[in-house]
Amino acid sequence: MIKKYVGKYFPIFLLPTLIAFFVSFVAPFVIGMYLSFCEFTTVSNARFVGLENYVKVFSSSTDFLNALWFTVKFTVVSVIAVNVLAFLLALILTRPMKGTNAFRTGFFMPNLIGGIVLGYIWQIIINGVLGYFGVDITYAAKYGFWGLVILTCWQQIGYMMIIYIAGIQNVPGDMLEAADIDGATYFQKLRYIILPTVSSSVAICTFLTLTNSFKLFDQNLALTGGAPGKETAMLALDIYKTFYNRVGYEGVGQAKAVIFFIIVALIALVQQYVTRTREDL
Amino acid sequence: MKRKITAFMLCLLLLIPTLVSCGAKKSEKSVYYLNFKPEVAEVYERIARDYYNETGVKLNVVTAASNTYEQTLKSEIAKADAPAIFQINGPRGYASWKDYCADLKDSKIYGLLNDKNMAITDGDGVYGIPYVVEGYGIIYNDRIMQTYFTSANKQVDVQSVDDINSFEILSQVVSDMTRLKDELGIDGVFASTSLKPGEDWRWTTHLANVAVYHEFKNNDIDLTSDQTKEIEFMYSDGFRDLFELYINNSVVDKKLLGSKQVSDSMAEFALGRCAMVQNGNWAWSQIDGIEGNTVEDRDIKFMPIYLGVPGEESQGLCIGTENYLAINKTLSEEKQKLAEDFLFWLFTSETGKEYVTDELDFITPFSSFDTDEVPDDPLAREVVNWMSREDKESVDWNFTLFPSQTFKDNFGSNLLSFAQGTKPWNEVRDSVVRDWKNESAG
Repeated sequence: MIKKYVGKYFPIFLLPTLIAFFVSFVAPFVIGMYLSFCEFTTVSNARFVGLENYVKVFSSSTDFLNALWFTVKFTVVSVIAVNVLAFLLALILTRPMKGTNAFRTGFFMPNLIGGIVLGYIWQIIINGVLGYFGVDITYAAKYGFWGLVILTCWQQIGYMMIIYIAGIQNVPGDMLEAADIDGATYFQKLRYIILPTVSSSVAICTFLTLTNSFKLFDQNLALTGGAPGKETAMLALDIYKTFYNRVGYEGVGQAKAVIFFIIVALIALVQQYVTRTREDL
Repeated sequence: MKRKITAFMLCLLLLIPTLVSCGAKKSEKSVYYLNFKPEVAEVYERIARDYYNETGVKLNVVTAASNTYEQTLKSEIAKADAPAIFQINGPRGYASWKDYCADLKDSKIYGLLNDKNMAITDGDGVYGIPYVVEGYGIIYNDRIMQTYFTSANKQVDVQSVDDINSFEILSQVVSDMTRLKDELGIDGVFASTSLKPGEDWRWTTHLANVAVYHEFKNNDIDLTSDQTKEIEFMYSDGFRDLFELYINNSVVDKKLLGSKQVSDSMAEFALGRCAMVQNGNWAWSQIDGIEGNTVEDRDIKFMPIYLGVPGEESQGLCIGTENYLAINKTLSEEKQKLAEDFLFWLFTSETGKEYVTDELDFITPFSSFDTDEVPDDPLAREVVNWMSREDKESVDWNFTLFPSQTFKDNFGSNLLSFAQGTKPWNEVRDSVVRDWKNESAG
C-alpha cells in the first residue's frame, strides 16, 4: 500500500526539495570547485588557469598555514574545554535539586545569541578587564586566543550540556541501583556505567564542537578581526580576507576554501570511523 | 477521492514558493544604484521618491554597509538584476572592474565635468566620473585653540592657527597644549588614533597619502605609468613623527588604540574632550549627530597635515576624490540610458541639485553648479575656502593608487603593533615598501 503511494507521488513530494537541494547546494558546490581553478572578479566572468591558485595558496604568503595552525590549536583547546565543562554541568544539573530547569535554560541561553553580537559583547568585557593592565585584546595573539576560547565555551557549553543531560537521563536506574547495592563509589559508577552509556552523546558533542570550532567565523571577525596582524585569524576569516580584500586573489580564496572543505570532511570521516568502531566493541 | 484531492492540493501548496518567484516580472522602468556612502543612505530614499514622481522611473538604491562595498558589489553584479550605477575608487578600482565599466565619453554627465582630467580614462574611453570633491586635514576646535593662544602659561610663540605652517611648529604647539591640558579642559590634544582593524583608514590611506604624494612629486613620477608600482616611502620619518605626535598626545593611552573606532574619535571631538582630529569634511554629519555636542559650528576648522617635508609652509588641505561613478556595460542599452538619465537629473535638475548641496552635502565638480551652490556645513565651507586660496597648494589624493586592501590592512596592523611598542619603526617601514611592491604585482 505504502509502496504504491511512494512510487506514484515520489516526483510530486520530492521534486521540489530535490530541485531546491540542487539549486542551493549541489550547484554552488560544483561551481565553487570549478572557480577554484579560475581567475575571476565575479562568478560570471571566470577564466580557467589550472592549478595556479593552489600553488599561490602556499607560495604567496604563509597566512594560510599560520591560520591553519592557529585553528588547530584553538580547536584542540576548545573541544576539550567545552566538552569537559558541559559534561560536568550536565552531571550537576541531573542531580535532584531545586531549580535545575532554570539553570538549564540559563546555560542554554548564550547559544541563542548571534556570533557577531557575542563577539562585540565579549570584546567590550575582555577589553574592560585588560584595560586595568593597560593593554587590550589586540596587544598579543595569546589574549585573542584565550578570548576566543572563553567566548566559544560560553556559547557552546549550554548546547552540549543539553545533549549530555539527555544521555545521562537515559542511564538505566536499575544498573545504578545494582551498583549501589554492590557498594560502588560515585566515581566507579561514573567510570563504568554513566560514561559508557553516554558514549554516543560524547561522539555527537565532540563532532559538533570540532566542526563548530574549525568553521568559527563570526566570533573571530567580531572579537579580534585577526589582530594583531593576522595572528588570530582562523581559516574561515583568512579565506574571507583573501577573497574580498585582494585584487586578483578571488581564485586563491576559493582554492583555500576547497582545501578547507577537504580538511573538515576528512576530520568528520575519521571521527565517524573512530566512534563507529568504538561503539561496536 | 476526497483524500486524493486533499493530497493534490497539498502538493500544489508545496510548489507555491517555487512558482511565486517566477511570477513577479517587472514591467516598470527602473535604475539600480549601488550606493557607497552609508551616511547618506536615507537621503537617497527620498531622492528615489521624488525621482519617481517626476519621471515615473523607479530608482532602486541599495547601500553597502561601511567598508563592505567591494563585497556587496561583487555579489550584486553577478546577479541577473545587476546594479546599473556603481562606484569605483580610482585607477585601481577601475583595473578590477574594467569588464563592467561602460565608456562614458559621449555621456551628458561627462560633458558637465569642469576638469576633464579628473575622470578615469583608459585610452580614448572614459570609465569613471567623479561626483564629489572632498578634502581632509586636521580638524580643530577653534574655541580650545583660542583659549590656548590667550593663555598666560603658553610657552610657544605662536599667536594663531595660521602661524602653524610646518610640522616643527605643530609639534611644539601640541606638546605645549598637552602640558596645559587641564587648563584647556581637554583629555588630550588629539582624538584617539583609531586602529581597530577596518577602522584604520585615516592613517593607512589618508595620512600615508601625504607622504606618498610628496614622494611622487619629488621624484617626478608619472602617475599613469607603472612607476607607481613601487615606492621608497622616503618620507617615512615624517609619517612616523606625526603619527607619534598623534598617539602620544591623545585622549587615550596608546596601548588601547586597537579597539578604537573612527566614531569614537569623532565623538571625543564633538564632546570637546580633545582639540584636534584628523578627518575629512564627510565627518561633519558624525560630529553634528553626537548627542551632547559641545562644539559650535563656527569653531570647526581645518588645518593641513604637516610631515616635515621641505616647503610645506605653502601646503594646503588634501583635496580630491575617490568616488567615481561607473555604469554597468553588461546591461541592456536601455538600462544604461536610464542610469545615465538619472545621473544627469540628479546633477542638473532643480530638485536634484537641491538634494546634492543641501542634503547629500556634496561639493560637486560639475559645471551645472554655481560657485555659491555649496553645502552649508562648516567643514565643506572650509574645504571650499582652502581650495580657493592662491598661496596654498592642495595635496592630491594619490591613495587611489594604493595597492589592495591587504596592503592597507597589513599597514594598519603594523601601525597598531608600533603604537603598542611591539614593533620597531624600521620593520613597519620595510613592510610598507615590500607589501606595496607585492600587492601591486597581483
